[in-house]
Amino acid sequence: MNGNKEKLVIIGNGMAGISTVEQILKLSSRFDITVFGTEPYPNYNRIMLSYVLEGSKTIDDIVLNDLHWYEDYGITLHTGTTVTRIDSETHEVVTAEGQRFPYDKIIIATGSSSFILPVPGHDKQGVVGFRDIADCNVMLEAAKQYKKAAVIGGGLLGLEAAKGLVQLGMEVTVVHLMQDLMERQLDPQASAMLKAELERQGIRFKMGAQTAELLGGERVEGIRFADDSVLNTDFVVMAVGIKPNTDVARESGMEVNRGIVVNDYMQTSLENVYSVGECTEHRGVCYGLVAPLFEQGMILAKHICGVETAPYEGSVVSTKLKISGVDVFSTGEFIDSPEHTVIAHKDDWKRTYKKILLRDNILVGAVLFGDITDSAELQKLIKQQAEMTDELYASLMGTGCGGHKKAASVETMAEDEIVCGCNGVTKGTIVDAITNQGLTSVDEIKACTGATRSCGGCKPVVEQILQYVLGDSFTTGAKQGICGCTSLNRDEIVSEIKQKGLQTTKEVMNVLGWSQPEGCSKCRPAINYYLGMIAPDTHVDEKESRFVNERMNANIQKDGTYTVVPRMYGGVTTPEDLKRIADISVKYDVKAVKVTGGQRLDLIGVKKEDLPNVWAELDMPSGYAYAKSLRTVKTCVGSQFCRFGTQDSMAMGALLERKFERLDLPAKFKYAVNGCPRNCAESCTKDIGIVGNDGGWEIFIGGNGGIKARLADSLCKVKTDEELVELCGAIMQHYRETANYLERTSEWVERLGLEQIRAVVVDDVKERKALMGRIEFALEQVEDPWKKALRNEEGQNKLFHGIEVTARP
Amino acid sequence: MTTQQSAIYYPAGEIEEFLPQIGRVVEVKGQSLAVFRTSDGTIFAAENRSPHPKGGPLAEGMVSGYDLYDPLYDWKIDLNTGLVQAPDQGQVRMYPVKIENGQVWIAI
Ligand SMILES: Cc1cc2nc3c(=O)[nH]c(=O)nc-3n(C[C@H](O)[C@H](O)[C@H](O)COP(=O)(O)OP(=O)(O)OC[C@H]3O[C@@H](n4cnc5c(N)ncnc54)[C@H](O)[C@@H]3O)c2cc1C
Ligand code: SF4
Repeated sequence: MNGNKEKLVIIGNGMAGISTVEQILKLSSRFDITVFGTEPYPNYNRIMLSYVLEGSKTIDDIVLNDLHWYEDYGITLHTGTTVTRIDSETHEVVTAEGQRFPYDKIIIATGSSSFILPVPGHDKQGVVGFRDIADCNVMLEAAKQYKKAAVIGGGLLGLEAAKGLVQLGMEVTVVHLMQDLMERQLDPQASAMLKAELERQGIRFKMGAQTAELLGGERVEGIRFADDSVLNTDFVVMAVGIKPNTDVARESGMEVNRGIVVNDYMQTSLENVYSVGECTEHRGVCYGLVAPLFEQGMILAKHICGVETAPYEGSVVSTKLKISGVDVFSTGEFIDSPEHTVIAHKDDWKRTYKKILLRDNILVGAVLFGDITDSAELQKLIKQQAEMTDELYASLMGTGCGGHKKAASVETMAEDEIVCGCNGVTKGTIVDAITNQGLTSVDEIKACTGATRSCGGCKPVVEQILQYVLGDSFTTGAKQGICGCTSLNRDEIVSEIKQKGLQTTKEVMNVLGWSQPEGCSKCRPAINYYLGMIAPDTHVDEKESRFVNERMNANIQKDGTYTVVPRMYGGVTTPEDLKRIADISVKYDVKAVKVTGGQRLDLIGVKKEDLPNVWAELDMPSGYAYAKSLRTVKTCVGSQFCRFGTQDSMAMGALLERKFERLDLPAKFKYAVNGCPRNCAESCTKDIGIVGNDGGWEIFIGGNGGIKARLADSLCKVKTDEELVELCGAIMQHYRETANYLERTSEWVERLGLEQIRAVVVDDVKERKALMGRIEFALEQVEDPWKKALRNEEGQNKLFHGIEVTARP
Repeated sequence: MTTQQSAIYYPAGEIEEFLPQIGRVVEVKGQSLAVFRTSDGTIFAAENRSPHPKGGPLAEGMVSGYDLYDPLYDWKIDLNTGLVQAPDQGQVRMYPVKIENGQVWIAI
């Protein structure tokens, strides 16, 4: 390959090694990368082996980076090749076959192996660990031939293996040394509830059992325990722990304890050699989960590419059991000791358990069983070392009251009344679908009748109909995710992205176990937005995850032509600009020129291939009429010309539009600015409405003139222009950080409550400044998309121009 | 898939000319095709017309795996068969594609 490039060798083709490589590729192209892996596969998602065993995924589904990926990035991959040592004298790595490859830098990411109990008989046929595809294949095969299986080890891995084997039709006994399952993640209470639940799912248990010997001839036939009791079995899975793969490091004379010792930048004791993932030991800890390895990988990638980075200081780990129908979660410290304050709530009837541990009133750990909706929230609080307050307590543990009022209006609704206006679905159709086909969720109703699938405005009514028809048998049902691909909700996804440092939609979907590996038209744009909101400086926008309008930076019309809308700051233009717009409209034969509701000009009916030329000749900024972003700032005439005006609304409108344009928001966003309370620009139906008065401005939020009309609420009054801009910025950033994708401010204000928003952006001055700081930072990264598209000629070609086939075959 | 025995393959450009997961229109003999390259490098060619009663182009849809979400009405279409997924109904005409030495050939 390129001789000028530094040679970077990765030993270990697993999750840590390749996720580090992915990070490196984003930061720099200065490396010529070679990867060695013992396994004969490209990089795959090891976590998902549990799903493969359980039958909900195939091995092909869990490949993270296929061979094309390595090819595309010019990475040389040696599968089926084990590296045995590093020769630091000659700067070469040596493989088991004795081949030598030169290096400038090395990352060791060899992961770990299953720990096999060294009891007599451990090497018989029919004894495996649970670590890789090969193990998984052995289990799948065994289930076809044999009936009885034993899993030694009642930890996370053992239980997932046991559930998989039950699913494959085997009779499974979990053998565990301790009295409590998952004793390293759960407390005795949660553990007992877990055991009861798994027994209901068909797993048997033998607790407090110490394995002494594996019995049988060539193949295993039973287990003898220390108390001489015997369990007959045809197959044994050892899931008693893992052991970091440190052979390469030891052979190369590096410092190794339990794992390969690294410092806060993942450097080992050998110069130019780094290590990441399960094989490492950082500040005395070897981790066995993916979250830490992503955090480590990110820091290592930056360090190795010469990008400044904070040191790695260790991870707070959380555990979740991946068995369908069994929700278990733990994070931080979870076994109570005298120094903890314990908040616990156990509900034997609902089979839920929640425990939160405090030390000096700081949240330090939690265990959830049965209902893990609060897991993301708790994880965040514990990571932040939040202090317990009355409000927090109420939100986490509930206040004991409640009792929802049922909506009665659907009862009196006529059968032929249309519920979903977009798709013409009547109440009668929905009721029929529920009663005749036994539907129990909004998603099913959507799939069956089409209701709620377009704008979603009718979802609350559909929910009420569902509730009304099903009566008491209605429960909010299975947890609903942001779309059919996941059961995670928005907050959980955002917190996982932050926690694990996920950077692409693909990574999010793989790591968080999406059911469709590349998502759907609902979650892809949403995840792309969340990623950009979380990391505005490093996120690489994914054009393929954007709706056509945003991808093309123009609005598609039903005939496939596009509408171009130039910016007119505050709705103000000049004769020169108008002339240019007119000339270009004539030249490109646009079908109509229309004044929009937001005081701008639509040029309707531009052909896709003409878009770049139209933009170039207009030479005006994009009006973002297509985007989830600031669309327009509508203004009245104001004090410059109006006899009533007390404030200069046109100037303020233009200023706000210039300041906040282009930034991605959860949904489209509109402003209006008025010079006086006569409100000629109609502030009451805008996301932010501003009304001038004698002493300053009044800010309204959450108005909407669209699908669900809503009058804006008065948020506060301010005296100066500076305060106004700062509040607007803080409101927008708070909305960016807390709204669901596609949630308009009208819904957001109702969901969060005006008081909450006021408390954050108005009352808490420190937080307001912080929000403003974050939006300023995000605003520094934006660029006019039309200019950008015009600069990139090659991309422009592929995006805007078709291919015409003229040649004969 | 509608395969015609006597179909003639036309060269529709190099595979690199198609951005992953972003459709491109290819005009062959007056026929407008929407050509998609999935993330695993497979190429699909569909008639560039939504089976929705109101029609509209398909090339601008969102591609996930082997599914296409049509850009105007969000119908989900299986690129293997051209079949529209429930609750909607319809089928898009698909054309046979082969790739040789990085060159995409589409049969009409
Ligand atoms: C069934 C299962 C379920 C899991 N579930 C979860 C979960 O729900 N949540 C969670 O956070 N974590 C889970 N884990 C743990 C998670 O998979 C690991 O933390 C993660 O894979 C570790 O990444 P790694 O790159 O350090 O090691 P690995 O992914 O194991 O990769 C190491 C690779 O290096 C190769 N290798 C080793 N030595 C050499 C050598 N000398 N030369 C060349 N190649 C070598 C190995 O063959 C292997 O492919 C699970 C693990 C398993 C097995
Ligand atoms: S809102 Fe007041 S200042 Fe603005 S145009 Fe109307 S009357 Fe004049």
